[in-house]
Amino acid sequence: MALLFQITFVAYLVATGTYVLWFAKQQKEARMAARWMLTVAGVLHTLTLLTRYFEVGHTPISNMHEAVSFFAWSMTWGFLIFRWRYRVKNFGTFVSIGISLLMLVAAIASKEVAPLPPAMQSLWLPVHASIAIMANAFLGMGFCGGIMYLLQEREIKSRRFGIFYERLPSLEALDSLNQHCLSIGFPLLTLGIISGSIWAKQAWGTYWQWDPKETWSLITWFIYAALLHFRFTMGWRRRRAAIMSIIGFSSALFTLWGVTYLLGGIHSYAG
Amino acid sequence: MQADTLLIIGVNHKVAPVEVREKLAHTAGCENPVVAIKTIPGCRECCFLGTCNRVEVICSTSESESTARAIRQHLFAGSGLSEEEVEKYSYLHVGQEAVNHLFRVAASLDSMIIGEPQILGQLKKAYKAAAELSTVGPVLNKFINKSFSVAKRVRTETNIGSSAVSISYAAVQLAKKIFGTLADKRVMLVGAGEMAELAAEHLIAQGIAGVVVANRTLERAINLAQRFNGTAVTLEGLASELENVDILISSTGATGLVLMKDDVKPIMRQRMNRPLFLIDIAVPRDLDPKLNDLDNVYLYDIDNLKDVVEVNKSERNKEADSASRIVDEETIKFQRWLDGMEITPTIVALRQKADELRRSELERTLSQVKDWSPKQIKAIEVLAASITNKMLHHPIAFLKETGTPVEQTLKLDLVRKVFALHPDTNEGHDDDELSS
Repeated sequence: MALLFQITFVAYLVATGTYVLWFAKQQKEARMAARWMLTVAGVLHTLTLLTRYFEVGHTPISNMHEAVSFFAWSMTWGFLIFRWRYRVKNFGTFVSIGISLLMLVAAIASKEVAPLPPAMQSLWLPVHASIAIMANAFLGMGFCGGIMYLLQEREIKSRRFGIFYERLPSLEALDSLNQHCLSIGFPLLTLGIISGSIWAKQAWGTYWQWDPKETWSLITWFIYAALLHFRFTMGWRRRRAAIMSIIGFSSALFTLWGVTYLLGGIHSYAG
Repeated sequence: MQADTLLIIGVNHKVAPVEVREKLAHTAGCENPVVAIKTIPGCRECCFLGTCNRVEVICSTSESESTARAIRQHLFAGSGLSEEEVEKYSYLHVGQEAVNHLFRVAASLDSMIIGEPQILGQLKKAYKAAAELSTVGPVLNKFINKSFSVAKRVRTETNIGSSAVSISYAAVQLAKKIFGTLADKRVMLVGAGEMAELAAEHLIAQGIAGVVVANRTLERAINLAQRFNGTAVTLEGLASELENVDILISSTGATGLVLMKDDVKPIMRQRMNRPLFLIDIAVPRDLDPKLNDLDNVYLYDIDNLKDVVEVNKSERNKEADSASRIVDEETIKFQRWLDGMEITPTIVALRQKADELRRSELERTLSQVKDWSPKQIKAIEVLAASITNKMLHHPIAFLKETGTPVEQTLKLDLVRKVFALHPDTNEGHDDDELSS
């Protein structure tokens, strides 16, 4: 099982390497190869998660390794499904780098299987955790889009064209990519918070207890809500939207890791 | 008589930044500077080409050094630049180099956007203006007309024109990188110049939604707007109209700035941060350089647009290479003609030509008749020699007559034409170039 995870990880690294090659050389063969590699890695990853499910006997999103691995899996399939409907030039390169970084974190984190505390033995575990992490996956793609926007904008604004001008799509396309990721990620984030709150009522008897993880996910929610709100009322789009989605995702990452390692709280045993 | 030396003194986008070029754009005084340049000692013929990317003085002179210095001083008079800066920001091509340079300019190989078609028209206009003011004579007539035919040859024999883009095309590429699709975007043209029209045509071809023309005189704005089914405003209405456009192309002849940062700042809020793409193709510049500091405002001037083109330049480089070969070939041909524009070689060539004719005709005649005595043959030979000598006497005397340098060149050209002494074979086609 550990071997299967490692094979998956290597597959992701190869896919990312091929994507970077495609980005550098812009040869169509490299892009085809990269897409296939990423799909293969995604399938392998699915197998890894299934094996882990049967091995530990519950949904494998109960510790850092499992959560981050699931995060990478969601981002892979989110991206593959996304690009089936909607294409953005060279988006794959940025997303695949993100996926590989997540897999690296998952590989470093402890893979030990701990017995599940009674509070977590619930049907809400797969529902809440998977929704929350899938939200992160889409917000993570928005983050990639935001980075791409800022890179492209910097070249256009400074009027000095480097490697990105030709390779990245138009600013408009990147802005609407951000919008698309947000329009899926934000509802998922909302659902994640609501489902968590219902589960908390069942497990601990109260909907909301200002646990650090709850607080930070609310902060993340407010950042994205503000972005969406001001987008329509005050025209917070493009550059500002890109920066906001980068800040928002940083906050989401902090909710995932920072809170667990730095702030503790009742959520801290989970991802 | 010493043959004239060709000189080109100029400033272009390669050697001088836009700030320097602005200072000598000759926008203030509308008078063509050729009249003044013609009075510079040593300057026999001259032509002045001024576009938004370059200033070139094409000159035929007897004393190249002192004339060149005087012309340069005239060009930069009032620019406030030191002698060293002037030398740094300008170039001087002499003789064959000058020939090569003008051919490259005409063929659009020296353009900011290689292969762009406007430069030839601008050169034709400059030549026409100089011809009307009679500052061009036989040497420049030949020289500049030849550059037209070289340009034509380059255009037909290479692919440089098909991949050729103009500044407006580069602007369209950039607009697409900013806006994605141009289908629902509106463009405003500030200043009703030729350049602006061309840009508008490019954008309309990309399916732009609407055109607004702003001009100092409303009448011209209306005229231009009608062509594009657009609307017209005066320059005073410019700022308020900015709320409704996405791309602005400015090409006025104004000496000062037309649009300031503070004019646009409040508008960006009204526009809900929809981006604004500003293109300044005017020299001197129309748009405040600080505009680029505003969020979602992208300001490009002529020099910046060059970089956009630089990106996909390699495709055109191959065509440019074969075009350069044509230019080099034509330079050598023209140089041969120019070298011939001296009295002694012309007389030598004339005598040679006559001698060859005499000898070949004699041989033909003598080979046909067998029964002539040596005495008779001798008499025929003397007859032939004296006819050719008598025929040549007046043309040679005509060449040797003293006259003004321009007259001399005219005479040389005439004699060479009448006796077909030009090394250049496609002679006759060049001079009707202007009418085409």
